[in-house]
Amino acid sequence: MIRLENLGRSVDGAMHLEGIELTLSPGINVLLGRTHAGKTSLLRVLAGLDRPTTGALTQDGQDLTQLPLSKRSVAFVYQQFVNYPAFSVRDNIAAPLRRKGLARDEIARRVADVARRVRIEPLLDRLPAQLSGGQQQRLAIARALAKDAALMLFDEPLVNLDYKLREGLREELRGLFHDGQTVVYATTEPEEALQMGGTTIVLHEGRVLQTGPAHEVYRNPASVTVAEIFSEPPMNVVAGHVEQGRLHLGDLSMPLPDHAPAGLAGCRVGLQPHRITRTPGPIRLEGETLLAEVDGSSTFAHFRAGGQPWIARLDGVHGLPIGAPFTGFADPADLYFFAEDGTLLAPAQGARHG
Amino acid sequence: MAEITISGLRHSYDGDLSDPSRLALKGIDHVWRDGGAYALLGPSGCGKSSMLNIISGLIRPTAGRILFDGRDVTDLRPEERNIAQVFQFPVLYDTMTVQENLAFPLRNRKVAPAAITRRVAEVAEMLDLGPLLKRRASRLGAAEKQKISLGRGLVREDVAAILFDEPLTVIDPQVKFDLRRKLKLVHETLKLTLVYVTHDQSEALTFADQVVVMSDGEVVQAGTPEELYERPAHAFVGRFIGSPGMNFLPCRIEEGEIRFDGGRLSAPGLRRLAGQEGLSLGLRPQALQPADAATGVEGEMVGLEDRGHYRIADVALGGARLKMRLAEGVPAPQGRFPVAFRPGSTLVFAGDRLVGDLADAQA
Amino acid sequence: MHKLDDNRAWLLVVPVFALVAFNAVIPLMTVVNYSLQDIFGPGQRVFIGVEWFREVLRDPTIQASFLRQVAFSALVLAIQIPLGIAIALLLPRVGWKSSLAIILIAIPLLVPFNVVGTIWQVYARPDIGLLGRGINAIGIDYNYTSSAVSAWITLLLMDTWHWTPLVILLAFAGLCSIPEPYYQAARIDGASRWAVFRHIELPKLRGVLTIAILLRFMDSFMIYTEPFVVTGGGPGSSTTFLSVRLVNMAVGQFDLGPAAAFSLIYFLAILLFSYVFYTILKMNEGEP
Repeated sequence: MIRLENLGRSVDGAMHLEGIELTLSPGINVLLGRTHAGKTSLLRVLAGLDRPTTGALTQDGQDLTQLPLSKRSVAFVYQQFVNYPAFSVRDNIAAPLRRKGLARDEIARRVADVARRVRIEPLLDRLPAQLSGGQQQRLAIARALAKDAALMLFDEPLVNLDYKLREGLREELRGLFHDGQTVVYATTEPEEALQMGGTTIVLHEGRVLQTGPAHEVYRNPASVTVAEIFSEPPMNVVAGHVEQGRLHLGDLSMPLPDHAPAGLAGCRVGLQPHRITRTPGPIRLEGETLLAEVDGSSTFAHFRAGGQPWIARLDGVHGLPIGAPFTGFADPADLYFFAEDGTLLAPAQGARHG
Repeated sequence: MAEITISGLRHSYDGDLSDPSRLALKGIDHVWRDGGAYALLGPSGCGKSSMLNIISGLIRPTAGRILFDGRDVTDLRPEERNIAQVFQFPVLYDTMTVQENLAFPLRNRKVAPAAITRRVAEVAEMLDLGPLLKRRASRLGAAEKQKISLGRGLVREDVAAILFDEPLTVIDPQVKFDLRRKLKLVHETLKLTLVYVTHDQSEALTFADQVVVMSDGEVVQAGTPEELYERPAHAFVGRFIGSPGMNFLPCRIEEGEIRFDGGRLSAPGLRRLAGQEGLSLGLRPQALQPADAATGVEGEMVGLEDRGHYRIADVALGGARLKMRLAEGVPAPQGRFPVAFRPGSTLVFAGDRLVGDLADAQA
Repeated sequence: MHKLDDNRAWLLVVPVFALVAFNAVIPLMTVVNYSLQDIFGPGQRVFIGVEWFREVLRDPTIQASFLRQVAFSALVLAIQIPLGIAIALLLPRVGWKSSLAIILIAIPLLVPFNVVGTIWQVYARPDIGLLGRGINAIGIDYNYTSSAVSAWITLLLMDTWHWTPLVILLAFAGLCSIPEPYYQAARIDGASRWAVFRHIELPKLRGVLTIAILLRFMDSFMIYTEPFVVTGGGPGSSTTFLSVRLVNMAVGQFDLGPAAAFSLIYFLAILLFSYVFYTILKMNEGEP
């Protein structure tokens, strides 16, 4: 159990991390945040590469910052494919084991085992330069796994891979760790956080905004910022106000939904993009298409309606020319209510699941 | 603007056409229609970059011809072809201002200064570069730089086509939307022939009206984004497009039924394929659904992955493992459960080729 | 890069500090010490302040050497930088021809300074040298021991032969690092060969050329061995450059005080010139 208490780090007056309160338990912990949110800074502090400027970093009561790097059990996988260029794949994986002084046949056994798990067995005698990008990153992951460290750190390991390779490796990653290991995995992608599962830690501008099981954070974001970070494409958020029992969003007006908090006046209303559908529903958003972007198996339809830009996430691939009429529908039960400062007042009633 | 015709194109980097397995391009015939927005999509090493360089004239193909509007340009050099190209990383003349960069192709062609100024202003207006014209190009952000690269192609009124080589790689995700929209608007306004080369299906499907999918030196399918997604003509397209890709379930057709390990489906319309070897069912993850009543096919839940507003179930069907997509609100089945196949989305492949679907077969 | 918070790292740097102190700081302080005193013999020294500095700066032979030195460096840069770039542009960029050309070009760089001097002293002799006899044979009066112009031409030729390869190698490396799309874009834009050089190659070479100019300036400004071997500073004092003059003063006349002051001024001049060059080159660069 690793504890971070009021941990902060600033470099030359620039704040990188501030007031981090966090408990990392064995299992998967995903650091979700945009670029420059402080993910890499936090990983470096956890790895012992940087020292916090304030606060404490302890493991089971022991101060980690005083422990020399060589005495700690940490593995780090980076965005770039970092391998020993002059070593074969086999020697790359064996390197951390040799440093531990393991016996020859024990090393051979572990190398074979790890290579099988990350599926690079046929490549053991090649040099890193002879591997594709995906294979190079598999090798870097293999070396980290071989180390069998108690703390495994991943800094957006898939970001430099081709789309299909990323998809494949992402599916395998979760199964590669064992129970006792504490995995900290940094990513910008909501779907990756959901797929890795475990605990999600939402990081923004050097601070932790929310922590909890991935699906709970996804369905009950504590603030507009969390909702925007934890949704691809970002959640639709529009300013709203209540007048005579009706909710007004820009030019749109509708009866106030039952789950809206009592006494509501000015607020911000959120609607997840996948909640806008083309099958008729109580809220009608009629306007014109700004752009249709395809992502994996869905289409992000950007459109303008009621004086507001909206994004709908539609299943499947749809060609929508720019300027074509677009009508989306939504259910008032799916609206999130946030206070004007962005804190959550009421989650969508539709935040249900089987 | 021009229609680009490619016929009998074969290319080998050592000039030797005798061994087909070593060719970078293995015989391609394709027509890029005038004014079309095309994507050339495929994994690295599929030959798409060779194809791009052959169209632009940087590589001379070992065999085959390239025609622009019926005129043979195979032996013409790039500067004689009126092709413009936008590269993966912004390629700019660092010492010049934005205006000078845009004017450069025209100045080299000895266009009158007044005409240059007018044309540069028009293009800058279209790309929202007007306020930046006097700035040094090297000081701008990646998105502006890519717009300048594009602008250098657009200033030439005689340009036959603009080629894009993964032009959004260095663009921040937040700015991509603007640039994508700008590209589409430029295409709609000018009706240029555009060819966009990428390995990323999202880029290809977002940009193009027609996507040409290449694999291993061959064109495996050309079609609209919807066609590629809903009716992939080749198994490679099914796997490559969509996330997760298409499931393939080996099967055979006997007595008017599709039979596979774990079940059977009635398909009287597919008798013509009876007894044929190498058949399989191509199933997008949403083609499979839990059914309310027995369907003759029973699957078993092996795993479930929550991806927010949908879940991907790992289903064992006989000896095969399939991915099934469950929409939000659909309860996840437990243990053994009856599986329904959506007829229109259950495709039949012979070898790698699409030969029919369950909807026709049951009609 | 972030630095590692580990104080033991300082231990690793200590030997370097010691080495620098021993072979740079201590000798330099000795020179400073000499430059401020008049030394008559062991134990007999008088502090005289900046008197030696004043004397050196007023010495007309040193002033003449200084102007000669500036002219020499200016000519070296004016010849070698354009020549180096031009040859680099002509070299094949890939394949065995490229490797072979690089090896052949690098050979002069491997010849020791005094050997270069000896080679050229013989090569350019009007009586037995191939070059000297050749020039005289076509009717030009050439003799580096009697004509100042001949002596300068000899030294410039020799220095160009010896050091242009460095400029070529740097420029060649710079050219090889220009990504292929720049050339492709230029072809598509219909750019002429000159426009490609002016708008792509030259701007992209700026970094390596800054280094080449600085290196060539510093080396040529401190040139000693070659004129010493070939012309010995003559005829007359026509090739008595600053370092030749300095050695005459320190070793020939054993005027340690003025020589120390001279070397400090010399050192500061090089530092100042290099700084000015560097600043100008960086300033023109505009932006990254």
